[in-house]
Parts: sequence; structure tokens; C-alpha cells
Amino acid sequence: MRMRLVPDNTNVDFFGRWKLWLGISGVMMIVAFASFMVQGLNYGIDFRGGTTIRTSSTQSVDVGAYRDAISPLGLGDITITEVFDPSFAADRNVAMIRIQAQDDQEAVTAELIADVESALAATVPDISFESVESVGPKVSGELIQTAVIAVVLAIGAVLIYIWLRFEWQFAAGAVLALVHDVLLTIGVFSELQIRFDLAIIAALLTIVGYSLNDTVVVFDRVRENLIKYKKMPLKEVLNTSINETLSRTIMTSLTTMLALVAMFVLGGDVIRGFVFAMMWGILVGTYSSIFVASAILLYLGVKRDWTKTDAKSGTQFADIDA
Amino acid sequence: MLQIDLWKRVLIWGTVALGLWLSMPNLFYGRVEGHNDAVKAITQSGETPELAAQVAQWPDFLPSGLVNLGLDLRGGAHLLAEVRVADVYQSRLEALWPEVRDALRPERAVVGTVRLQPGPADALRVKISQPGGMARALELVRGLAQPVVSLTAAGSSDLDVQGVDDEITITLSEAEREATDDRTMRQSLEIIRRRIDEVGTREPTIQRQGADRILIQVPGVGSAAELKAIIGTTAQLTFQPVVGRGSDAQASAGIGNEILPAADEEGLYYTLEQAPVVTGEELVDAQPSFDQNGRPAVSFRFNPAGARKFGDYTADNIGSPFAIVLDSEVISAPVIQSHIAGGSGIITGNFSVEESTNLAVLLRAGALPAGLEFLEERTVGPELGQDSIDAGKIATMVAFAAVLVFMFLSYGLFGVFANIALIFNIALLFGVLSLIGGTLTLPGIAGIVLTVGMAVDANVLVFERIREELRTARGPARAIELGYEKALSAIVDANLTTIITAVILFAMGSGPVRGFAITLGLGIVTSVFTAIYVTRLMIVIWFGRTRPKTIEV
Repeated sequence: MRMRLVPDNTNVDFFGRWKLWLGISGVMMIVAFASFMVQGLNYGIDFRGGTTIRTSSTQSVDVGAYRDAISPLGLGDITITEVFDPSFAADRNVAMIRIQAQDDQEAVTAELIADVESALAATVPDISFESVESVGPKVSGELIQTAVIAVVLAIGAVLIYIWLRFEWQFAAGAVLALVHDVLLTIGVFSELQIRFDLAIIAALLTIVGYSLNDTVVVFDRVRENLIKYKKMPLKEVLNTSINETLSRTIMTSLTTMLALVAMFVLGGDVIRGFVFAMMWGILVGTYSSIFVASAILLYLGVKRDWTKTDAKSGTQFADIDA
Repeated sequence: MLQIDLWKRVLIWGTVALGLWLSMPNLFYGRVEGHNDAVKAITQSGETPELAAQVAQWPDFLPSGLVNLGLDLRGGAHLLAEVRVADVYQSRLEALWPEVRDALRPERAVVGTVRLQPGPADALRVKISQPGGMARALELVRGLAQPVVSLTAAGSSDLDVQGVDDEITITLSEAEREATDDRTMRQSLEIIRRRIDEVGTREPTIQRQGADRILIQVPGVGSAAELKAIIGTTAQLTFQPVVGRGSDAQASAGIGNEILPAADEEGLYYTLEQAPVVTGEELVDAQPSFDQNGRPAVSFRFNPAGARKFGDYTADNIGSPFAIVLDSEVISAPVIQSHIAGGSGIITGNFSVEESTNLAVLLRAGALPAGLEFLEERTVGPELGQDSIDAGKIATMVAFAAVLVFMFLSYGLFGVFANIALIFNIALLFGVLSLIGGTLTLPGIAGIVLTVGMAVDANVLVFERIREELRTARGPARAIELGYEKALSAIVDANLTTIITAVILFAMGSGPVRGFAITLGLGIVTSVFTAIYVTRLMIVIWFGRTRPKTIEV
């Protein structure tokens, strides 16, 4: 007896309202972009410069007292938040203190950190500093730049790969789906003001990889079915292909999601933002490979006669590994 | 039909066995680590019974490579420093002044008196009193220039010399600046490495980044401030001619001179020529020792160039005082009694034995050629690291178990094959990481979790294909074969695209991001291997034994 998530023969009509799906995706992308433009991202110190100090104490965190201890130092904007996590022991109270980059400093100041630490230690005797991170403004600007370049490069590389392996319409569909996923993920981070740091960039690129994985599997089947059913309308070929790969799509998304949920719940608060980004990315990536990538393919249309080799197209590359 | 050559079978099982063998030490992390540290300690400082006991905890015939734990897991300090390479230009030009003066002095009749002018740090400005002699002066100063020794700048000269009216401006040429920057970086790297090695911590990472940056990561150091103290202690030793001495720190020193305090006498200041005769960079050795009165001292030896300069100067200046300057304090200013040939000497001062030992260490390691500016510093406490490891371990195990159960429920016996392959996959991943000395970071653990989730993808693709083929009522053997065949192109395409992103992440990222890219990339390679070859081999063996008429996937 097998557990079946998806019946063997499904015939869901994914493209009955494909224009609607594209429209919804478009609106969501606009909302995400607008949110990014209006309220921006809650950049961590990686991208903004400054210092974060993570403290731990057996006494409960009194944010006011912490603030009173630090504010005489005149460091400008200070954010103090208490961190809660189910994995903490009862007498472990953790706080994150974020200090903005100081205006006149290109580099990191050791004195500043030492001053803050001693001021806090005077208020809370048993305080310990679990981690202290400082990034100077000089580097943080560069970090944003390399991060953006990395994402753009990844998407560009993928565009070329798919174009060589399939046809340009496939590449356009896949890349638009990727842009969709990245934008929506950035949108969620902007909406919920979750801290956005270097690790999130890693997550974003993983989402790019995952979403692509999904899209490529569907496209691979589409290519196969295009050859198999030469007379079938494109819409039906796409529908059939997605139905045929549906149980695989659901299975893989679920196993990955299972692994990530375990990490989200049990992996500790340090990594939670990172895991959240990947979970969201898998949801969006699974959706986009069907409703964005394939819908775009339907919109653009594809060459149907795959038997004759067309010197101008990239199809002869399609057999590279076969 | 379903056949795999013997040599392929041997190769597949061999790879799996090798992976298991190589990854095994990680199950006994603490013990193997103790063993490795003890082996290192014995080669450095000889054997003791405790060390031998530690070595014996792990047998020699077993592999002892471990996955490095990143700073975010082990705790430690991370620093990104920018080397102020331009510092070196200034000291180069300062050192040039005596040469310029000595070159022009014999031609006093033509050029008149020669005076150093205050100017920007990256240029040396010299005024001559007879502008008519400018042509001759330029000729002489240009004669001091030397060809730049570097591959890219062959043929260019190291100095740019310009004369306007009665003033000569000397700057370093572009080619020389580049060559100097490169030298400064190499030297800084070497000195930082030596200083950190003196402290003797485990596996520090010291890397050059870009044109003028150095990344330093040291596990197990309590804080970045501590690490900075180790790196930042300069021991700039110079020997400078003494112009005079007095009690006023604010007195005018005169151009080309500086006023420095005496180290052991309050209120005493020396006026010194800024350009040193010899610097600590020309030292080849420094040892703690004792002077003739039995007080702690440091003896030193110069390289041939330094020895010659030192010898010449002492021969020419018998009877004049000579200052030994350490970190901008005059340690002592003995009067030169005789020509000191051979290039060795002794520094005396009010040292304790410990101070003289430390000073010798600092002198040996050398001074940093240029100042450092710290752009980024991170400290992760060991407790936080341990917490992250614990949480990561539990999460990975739960994720793993969930995926195993899920696969079994979905595919039955075939799911079991996929699960065994998945376990081999993780072992292989750890094996490769141990072999290449890869670093496991917190995002790296997430990368492994993701690999677990995605590793099954290849198998899912294959199994779903086999199901489809079974529906079209071919024999089971044919269905299995076609399943693998047809799924291959999707597997290859899907995984190649992910590899592309992993490579880009690795190239662009740093620190934890890089760690993530490594585990993700390796995870894809190992998972494709186990999903395609290992499961297939298991299925083929099972099929060959049982020869079922029908199969259920």
C-alpha cells in the first residue's frame, strides 16, 4: 500500500485562466516592488554598516535599562530587541543591540564596542556577549554591490544555459519566473521588515536554483511532449506536461519543505530568517514554475516541428547529454 | 537489459565505501581533534606522556581528516583589515632625503645650499638656493633613481623628479607605487601570519583580498579585540642619528627632524634625524640575552645590507650619540665608541627578562610595513557556536528522519533504496568535505538540509517515470530501464542549473555564504551520484535476485 499525494492520472486544467494567473503574479510583483521602494528593506549591518551585539544574561532583559546604560555614550540611533526562542533555557535571556554606523568613521572602532560592553556590564553584572559584529560603512556598500551582482549573474547564467538547451521562449519563461520569485521574496522581507543580511542573499540564490530546478523539470517534459504530440495545441501540451510531472513536483516540494520546517522550528533563532526565506522561496518557486514560466511559454508560443533541425535555432544542443 | 558491468559495480561500491571511510572521523569529532592537535604539538615541541596518550586515542591507520567548523559554529574572531599601503610611500621618500642631500652636497658651488621643504606626505620637496644650477641638480637627483623590479613595469624608473624654479619635487612613479603596494601586502601577510602563529591557535585563515585587504579568521580566539591586539602590536625598531637632547617636547625640531621621548627617563626628549640609518626590517635575528652587567638585553643581527650601513655609519660618526628607537620611544642613545663591523649588536635598557623575551619575539616577527585599518570585525562566542551546532544537529536529524519516512511511505521498497542512497549521500558529502578540509558553517548546515530535501528529487523523478512506464504495461525490467533513461535529461538539466548558482555564490561570496555554496555544490554532485548510480545498482541487484513478474513502485 502506497501513500499517494497525487492520484496517478490527474487532469487539472492549469491554463483555463492563465491570463488571470499572469495578472495576479504581475500585481503581486508590483506590490512587492512598491513595498521595496516605499519602506525599503530592514538591512542588517552587513549592508548598512554599524555594530550588533548579542548579549545573554540570567536576568530578564530590561530594554529600558539597557538603553539607559548605552545612551549616555551618544552613539545616535540604537535599537534594542529581546530575542525569544523556544530552544533557550529558562534562565537564558538574549537581547540584540544594534548601533548605527558612526558618521565620522570609515572603519570599525574598538573603543566604541569596549565602551558599550563596559556600560552594559555595569548595569547587568552577569551579562555575557555572545557575539559582536561590526561592519564599517566602507565595506557595507561594497557588500550590497557584490550581492546584487551575484544575483544578476546567476540569473544571466541561467538564461544562457536554458537558451542553449531549449529555445529562447523557454529561457524567457524561466528567467521571468526567477525574477518573479526574487522580487516576491524581497517583497516579503520588505513587508514584514525581517532583517535582510548576507545570508539572505545566499537564500535568494538558492531559491533561484530551486525554482529553476522545478521549471526545468516541467520544461523538459514539455519538450518531450511537443515531439510526441505534434498536432496537440500548445495549451494542452503544457497542461498534460504539468499534470504528468505534478506528483513529482508535489513530492519534491514536500520533502524539501519537511526538511526546512524542521530547520525552522529547531534550528535556533540565528538562522531562522535564512530558513524562512528558503521556505517562502519554495512555495513561490513551485507556483511560478507552473503559473508564470509555463504561462509565459504559452503566451510566447514555441516552434512545433521538432523533427526537422532548424539551423537558426538552438535545438541541436538539446541532445548534448542524451 | 538490467545489467551493470562488474568494474562499474566495484567502482560504485568503492566510492561509497571510501566516502564512509573518510567521513567516519567526524562521528568522533572531539577525539580525532585531540589526536590531530597532539600530533601537531609533538612535531613542534617534542613528545610528552600526556600528548602521547592523546595521540593513542585515535588509531593511526584510520583517516583523521575532519570537517573544519566555521567561526559561527566554533566561535572565534574574524577581521577584515585594509592595509594603508600609502604609508610606505612616505617612509620611502623620507629615507631618500639623506641620499639627495649627499648627492647634491659636492656640487654646492653650482646648486648652492640644499634645504628640505615641508610638503605633502607622498612627495619630497627640496629647495636649492641657486636656481641656475637646477639642470645639474636634476641630473644628480635623477641619477638616484633605479629601475623598478617587477614583471609588469619592466624598464620604468622608480622616481619621478621634477624641477620648477628653485624647487625639486620627487615622487614615486606609478610603476614603483604598484610594485611597492604588492611588496607591502606580501610583507604584511607574512608578518600577520607569523604573529598569529606565535600565539599558536588552530587553523587560522589569513588571506589577501583584492588589492589592499587582508582577511583574518582565527577560531578559538576570545574576541576580535584580542586578535587586533596580537596583530596590531608593532615593534618598529630604528637606529637614528641624534641631533640634540632637551626637556621640551614642543621645541621646534627643524625640518627633517623629530622629537621623541626617552623611554626610561621622564621629561627627557631627544631631537633625532627623521631618516633612520638602519631599520628593524633589516634585522635577521633577535634573541633575548644579557649585557656585560648581567642585565636582560636583546641581541640582534643585521642582514648584509643593514650590516654595511650600520658599519659605515659607526665608522664615520665615532664619538656621536646614536639613538635606538622602538615604537617612537628612545630606548637608549649610546655614544658610538668604535666602528661596529659585522652587523650585530645589543639593545640594553631597563628590561625584565620577560620584556626582553617579548621584545625579541616582536623584533623577529618584524614590524608591519604600513598601518592597518579594520573594516569589519566579528566575534562569535563559543557558547553561541555550541548552541548553533546543537540546534543544527537536531534539526538535521529530524529533517532526515522525516524525509526517510516520507520516502518509504510513498515508494515502499524503492523508497528504502532511495533512503539508503540518501544516507550514503550524506556520508560522501562529509567525506569529501573532510578530504578537502572544507569548512562547515551554519548556513552550510542549512545547505545540507536542503540537499537532503532535494537529493530525493532525482529519485522521485526516476520513480515517477518508472510508474508511468509501468502503466503502459511494459515488463518491469523494461520499465525500470526506461525510467532511468528518460529521467536523466531532466535530472542533468535541473542539477546543472543549481550547480551554476552554487559556483556563482562561491565566487562572489565570502565567509558563511561561501560555506553554504560549498556544501550546496558538493551536495548536488554527491546526490546525483547516489541517486543515479547507487540506487540503480541496488535495484539491479535486487531485481536480479528476485526476478519479480510485477513490481510496485
